[in-house]
Amino acid sequence: MTKLKPVDAVVVGVGMAGSILAKELTDAGLRVVGLERGGPRETQRDFAMPGIHDELRFARRHELAQDLSRETITFRNNPSQTALPMRRLGSFLPGEGVGGAAVHWNGMTFRFLPWDFETRSRTNARYGKGAIPADCTSQDWGVTYAELEPFYDRFERVYGIGGKAGNLDGKIVPGGNPHEGPRSRDYPNPPMKTTYVGALFDKAATSLGHTAFPLPSANMTRPYTNPYGMMLAPCLYCGFCERFGCEMGAKASPQTTILPVLLSSDRFELRTRANVLRINLDAERKRAVSVSYADAHGNEVEQPADLVLLTSYVFGNVRLLLLSGVGRPYDSARGEGSVGRNYAYQTLSGATLFFEDREFNRFMGAGALGRVVDDFNGDNFDHGGLGFIGGGYLSALSLGSRPINSHPVPSGTPRWGAGWKKAVARYFNRSFDVDAHGACQSYRDNCLDLDPTYRGADGRPLLRMTFDFHENEYRMSDYLASKTQEIARVIGPRHIDVDRRTGPYSIVPYQTTHNTGGAVMGADPATSVVNRCLQSWDVPNLFVVGASAFPQNAGYNPSGTVGALAYFCADAISNRYLKHPGPLS
Amino acid sequence: MAHDRREFLKTLGVLSAASTIAPGFSPEAALVRAATEVAGPPTLSFLTQAELVFIEAALARLIPADELGPGAKEAGVAAFIDGQLAGGFGVMARAYRLGPWLEGTPEQGDQSALTPREIYRAAIREVDDDCDRRYGKRFAELAASEQDDVLRGLDEGTIALSSVNAPLFFGLLWGNAQEGFFADPVHGGNRDKVGWKLVGFPGVAAVYAEHIERHGEAYRADPVSIVDLQQKRVRVDEHGHPVHTRAAESE
Repeated sequence: MTKLKPVDAVVVGVGMAGSILAKELTDAGLRVVGLERGGPRETQRDFAMPGIHDELRFARRHELAQDLSRETITFRNNPSQTALPMRRLGSFLPGEGVGGAAVHWNGMTFRFLPWDFETRSRTNARYGKGAIPADCTSQDWGVTYAELEPFYDRFERVYGIGGKAGNLDGKIVPGGNPHEGPRSRDYPNPPMKTTYVGALFDKAATSLGHTAFPLPSANMTRPYTNPYGMMLAPCLYCGFCERFGCEMGAKASPQTTILPVLLSSDRFELRTRANVLRINLDAERKRAVSVSYADAHGNEVEQPADLVLLTSYVFGNVRLLLLSGVGRPYDSARGEGSVGRNYAYQTLSGATLFFEDREFNRFMGAGALGRVVDDFNGDNFDHGGLGFIGGGYLSALSLGSRPINSHPVPSGTPRWGAGWKKAVARYFNRSFDVDAHGACQSYRDNCLDLDPTYRGADGRPLLRMTFDFHENEYRMSDYLASKTQEIARVIGPRHIDVDRRTGPYSIVPYQTTHNTGGAVMGADPATSVVNRCLQSWDVPNLFVVGASAFPQNAGYNPSGTVGALAYFCADAISNRYLKHPGPLS
Repeated sequence: MAHDRREFLKTLGVLSAASTIAPGFSPEAALVRAATEVAGPPTLSFLTQAELVFIEAALARLIPADELGPGAKEAGVAAFIDGQLAGGFGVMARAYRLGPWLEGTPEQGDQSALTPREIYRAAIREVDDDCDRRYGKRFAELAASEQDDVLRGLDEGTIALSSVNAPLFFGLLWGNAQEGFFADPVHGGNRDKVGWKLVGFPGVAAVYAEHIERHGEAYRADPVSIVDLQQKRVRVDEHGHPVHTRAAESE
C-alpha cells in the first residue's frame, strides 16, 4: 500500500457536486485532490461527431453510465423479500467517469418550492397532523428556500440556465412560474424556443385556467460566458441530449462549466480510475484522517487530507459511509439510526396523445426543452379532501425522439408483426406525451443498507435498496394523471392513453435518474446524517454533498437543488469552517 | 431523390461515375437487386448457419416486409444480432455477473445466469426441436401462420423450453430485432436505412434551431447515417453536422 503526502481536501466523485466543491475550495486557497472511479471524459475527444449520435451505443448500451460489472445495487420492494442484484441498467442510469451523471443528463434545472424545504411543518400547519401518513418520514430540511436562494442564483449563473422568472423579489412576473419562491434576479439566459407540441400544450393549459411557462434549461439558448470565464455555445436542438454527451459543449456539465478552469489550477489534481474504498477515521472515530482507494492497477493508495468531501452519486455516498462505519446505520424494523434512512425517488405519470393528421418533428429537440404547468406541484393547490400530500409539474417536452427507444403505439396495437409495423410508421412522428413529474415522500421501510450476500468486484458488500411506492404516491399519480388527461382532451388527438402508477415499483423500465436520500440533512442528529451545512454530525471534517441529502424528493428534477446545496456547502466551508474547524451550526 | 439514388448506385458500382440513366431504367428495381447482390448472405462471427436461418425466419414475422417497405430480414438485422452476440453485449460485459443466482419477482428484473449468446444458442435448438415434435419441421420451414403461433407461444410463455425461459428468449430476440431495425447502419442492421425511412427519422441530426419553430411543417429529409459521414458521402457543416437533403428540395 502506498501512503501519499497529505492534502488540504479530497473530493470523492468528480461530477456536478464534486467539481463545484473542488473549484470553490481551490479558490479559497486549498490544495484539493479529486478522485474519480471512472475514466477521463472531454467534449472534443469523447463526444465528437458523428459517433456521438449513436442511439444504440449511448441510449441502449448506456456507454456513459455506470458499468454494473464492477458495482451495482441490490433491490427488493419490501423487507420481507430477498434483495437481488440489478444485473442490467433499467429504472435509472447513474454516471461513471469524469462529469458523472451530469454528462448524460438532460439539463432540466428547477428550484424547489419554499414549501418543499418545510414539508412536514407546513403540512401540519395547514392540514393538521393527520394529513401526513403515519409511516411517512418526510421532514423539514433544516435549511429554507430563502437561505438557499443566493446559491441557486450562483448555480444558475455557472450553468447558464435559460428561463423566465415568475417571482422577482416577491413580485409576480408574467411569463414565468407564479408559484416559485422569490428570486433575487432573472435567469442569466432567455428561455428556449417553443415547439409545436409546446404551443399546443400552452393553449390547452391556458384554456383550462392553468399557467404555462418555459422549462428552465441548461441547454444554452445563446452564446454564454459563465462567472468562471467558460464559454458555452448555443444549442442546435439536435435531439441527442439525454444519455449523450454534447458535441457542441452546449449542455452545461462539469466539462463545459468548471473543469477546464479547475484543471488549470496548480492547487487541483484530478486522479481518474481511483475507486475510493473507505474513509479512514482516527482512533476516537471523530475525525477523518484519509481515504483509501484502488488505483487503475488495483493497488491500494491512502490519501491523507484535512477535509473529506463525498460528492459521488446517492448510492456511492451512502455505501461509502456504511463501509467506513461513519454514523449509525438505519434499521427500518426499529426505526432507529440514520445512514440509509429516507431513500426516495420520483413518481411519474402522464398521457400519450396519438394523432392521424399532425406531424410534430419529434426527432428535433433538446434535453430540457418543454413547457410546464406548476399549479399542481408541492402545496400550490388545496389538498383538502384529496388524501395525499405533494404533487408534481405537468409538461409537454420535446427532448428528441429516437426510434429504438421511442416508437409509441396506441393501446390495442399488436405487440409485433405487420400491425405493429404499421402503427409505428404511423405514429412515430404523430404522437407526444403530456407528462406529470411527481414527488415521492419518504417512508419508514424505504431505505438503503448493505446487502448481506452480494458483493462488488472489489469484494465489498453492495448497497441494498428497499423501495416501493405508497398510497400517498398512488393517489397523487392518479390525480396528476387525470390533469394530464384533461389537457390532452382539450388538445384533441384521435386517441389518448393514460399512464397512472399502479402495482409495485419495478426496477426494470427506465423511469428517471432521480434517486434521493440515505444521507439526509436536517436539524436533528437522530433523523439526519448531516447538518444543514451538509457536515457529518459524527465526523465534522467530513461533508456529504448531493441528492443523498434530500430528506424526501420534491416534484422537480433534482439537479438545480444539488447545485445550490453544493454552493451552500462550499460557502459554509470557505467562510466559516476553515476559520474555526469543528461542528458548524 | 433521384440524385441521391444515383449516388447510392455509384457506391454500389452499378453505375460508373460518368454513366447516365437510360430511358426505362427503374432505379428502384436496380436498387433492390443491387442491395441484395452486394449484401449477399451475412458473414457470421458467432451464429451458425442453422441459427441464421432460424433468426431470419423469425425476423420476417416480427417486422415483415409489406407494402410499407422492407422488414427486419431485408434490413440485415440478423447480421446486426450476430455482431451484438459476438461483442460485449453477447457476454453481458457491462452487467452484474456474480451469484448467487436466485429467481426473483418481475420487479427485480432478469436474474438468468445465461448470457445472450447462451440464450440464443440454447433457445433456437430447443424451439426447433419443439417445432419438429409438433409439426415435423423446423421453425424456418413452417408456414407463416404457424411461425406466428410459435412466436406467440414463446412471447406468452405457453411454449416451455427446457433450459431457457421462453418469454426471456422472445424478449431478447424482439428487443434485438427492434434495435437492429432502427440502429445506425454502422452496427450492421438497418440496411439502406429502411427503418429510418419507414418512420421518417433523419438519423444523425442536422442543425434544427430554425426549423423547430415552424409549427406544423413536417421536416422530411433523406436520412444520414454515421457510415455516410465516415465515408464522406454527405456534406457537413463546420461542426461536423450533416447538411440534410430535404425531400421538398430534391423532388
